[in-house]
Amino acid sequence: MKREFEIIASLLPNDSRVLDIGCGDGTLMKFLSKEKNIDVRGLELNEENIESCISKGLSVIEGNAETELGQFPDKSFDFVVLSQTLQAFYSPVVVLDHLLRIGKSSIVSIPNFGYWKVRCSLLFNGRMPETKSLPYKWYNTPNLHMCTIKDFYELCKNKDIEMKKIIGINNNKTSLIDNNNIKVKNIFSEIGIFLIS
Amino acid sequence: MPSLAGLFFYMNYKTDNIKRIIVSRPLELDCGQTIKDFHLAYETYGQLNTNKDNAVLVFHALTGDQFASGINPITKREGWWDAAVGPGKAIDTNKYFVICANVLGGCMGTFGPKEINNDTNKPYGLNFPVITIKDMVKAQESLLDHFKIKKLLCALGGSMGGMQLLQFCASFPDRTFSAVPIACSSSHSAQNIALNELARQAIMADPEWSKGNYTDTKSSPKNGLAVARMAGHISYLSESGLQEKFGRKLQEKADYEFSFDADFQVESYLRHQGYSFVDRFDANSYLYITRAMDYFDLSKQYKNGLTEAFKGQKTKFLVISFSSDWLYPTKQSKDIVIALNASGANVAFAEIKTDKGHDSFLVDEPKFLTTIKGFLDSSYEIFRK
Repeated sequence: MKREFEIIASLLPNDSRVLDIGCGDGTLMKFLSKEKNIDVRGLELNEENIESCISKGLSVIEGNAETELGQFPDKSFDFVVLSQTLQAFYSPVVVLDHLLRIGKSSIVSIPNFGYWKVRCSLLFNGRMPETKSLPYKWYNTPNLHMCTIKDFYELCKNKDIEMKKIIGINNNKTSLIDNNNIKVKNIFSEIGIFLIS
Repeated sequence: MPSLAGLFFYMNYKTDNIKRIIVSRPLELDCGQTIKDFHLAYETYGQLNTNKDNAVLVFHALTGDQFASGINPITKREGWWDAAVGPGKAIDTNKYFVICANVLGGCMGTFGPKEINNDTNKPYGLNFPVITIKDMVKAQESLLDHFKIKKLLCALGGSMGGMQLLQFCASFPDRTFSAVPIACSSSHSAQNIALNELARQAIMADPEWSKGNYTDTKSSPKNGLAVARMAGHISYLSESGLQEKFGRKLQEKADYEFSFDADFQVESYLRHQGYSFVDRFDANSYLYITRAMDYFDLSKQYKNGLTEAFKGQKTKFLVISFSSDWLYPTKQSKDIVIALNASGANVAFAEIKTDKGHDSFLVDEPKFLTTIKGFLDSSYEIFRK
């Protein structure tokens, strides 16, 4: 399981109720259910992924988070997880509002566009960046609204969203991010993970 | 204990390849009448294990019967869900014990309008009480007691079978570990009712129907029932499926015959579907069962609607719809999912992309079959622990 999922899993208490939005093939869900006895549900768009989740015994609903989060009642989950998908929505803020409505807390991870490799790619090559966490060409990327750790931090601040914990990942190493070190961490973190409510 | 009348029925029928139980417990129907000591025909496939944790109940659709798998011994045709149920198939009878019953009001051995009314020594016909999906389900619950199964591993049903399943889960929330409602609805839409009414009118417009007393005249409303079946059959297929299969192809001829014979292949196909149906199905049963479907509105049974119907559900659900099903479109399945979610139930949902229309669940549709197999097998792993 990838490092990002390990960190997300470590933020989730045993026996809680979790909704994993864009749950993919269910790797994280399976881990949460098996190792932490978490009552976990998923929402996923891709047909093959759904089939794979269902055969793992996972309860996954086929649907588009952009339009179908309305079906989940207020505070019906302890945590809502959204891993590296926020930037792919037409209206990230609408989705974010839903996350905070459905979950008592939410975990949102973003591929950091402020990462130094991304900056270098644009600065020195003059080309749209392609990295491990952003492996697309400019014309086929699903990412419509790229942002940096600092950008998302500012958005949360402006929306009065409480940021309980921010974790940066760089080469499998993790570090805590706060108001004092965010400038540097925004350069050296490939992925940012936000625990918010 | 079955009554003498029940015993008589049993003796009478035991040589006809149909298994039956006598339901001696009185069943109060939604229409107000109470029936008891009636027979319920069923079939089973596979073996019930000693822990009794491998039982799967399958609910049939409008024109189905208890013979889900293999060859139907009465019609000598393939069982209606042979694509899914059998040794090594998605619902593997080497592993699971599959039970399927003929619905109340049916015509394959269960108490229905063609059965003899002991008071008159004639078939019930229209004197048969109007039954509902809930009545059907209550009757079938007796089968679990018959096999001493406390809790099923899974219950599955497509179309009207799915409606029975939703009702079953709402009425008996502790009797199945998992449930797969397929291509169905929690309440019949205006379009659904309209199509059923078309079918009923076709039957009743046939002079041979004789207000339901056709057995007196030793004939039956074959033409009306065939038309009803044809109308139904169109609604089971998708526009693109029909177009691809038949297009405007002509039936064994080079050009139009400028007559009303079946020039087009699709006409010939429909006629075949219609007239091969009348030999195996009772017209009055068709009236009663379509009526039961039309009356079905699960949300109406609960003050706070569908969400309340599923409140406190521990059952693990997998709701399935088909992209080209216009009879019970995906939207209706999603409404079920939304209600299950709102009530906090454990629900998965998949829309299978196919052009085979409503009938997708009855045919060899690989994506559908692998999905139910994956769900059933993983449910068994959890349930047997």
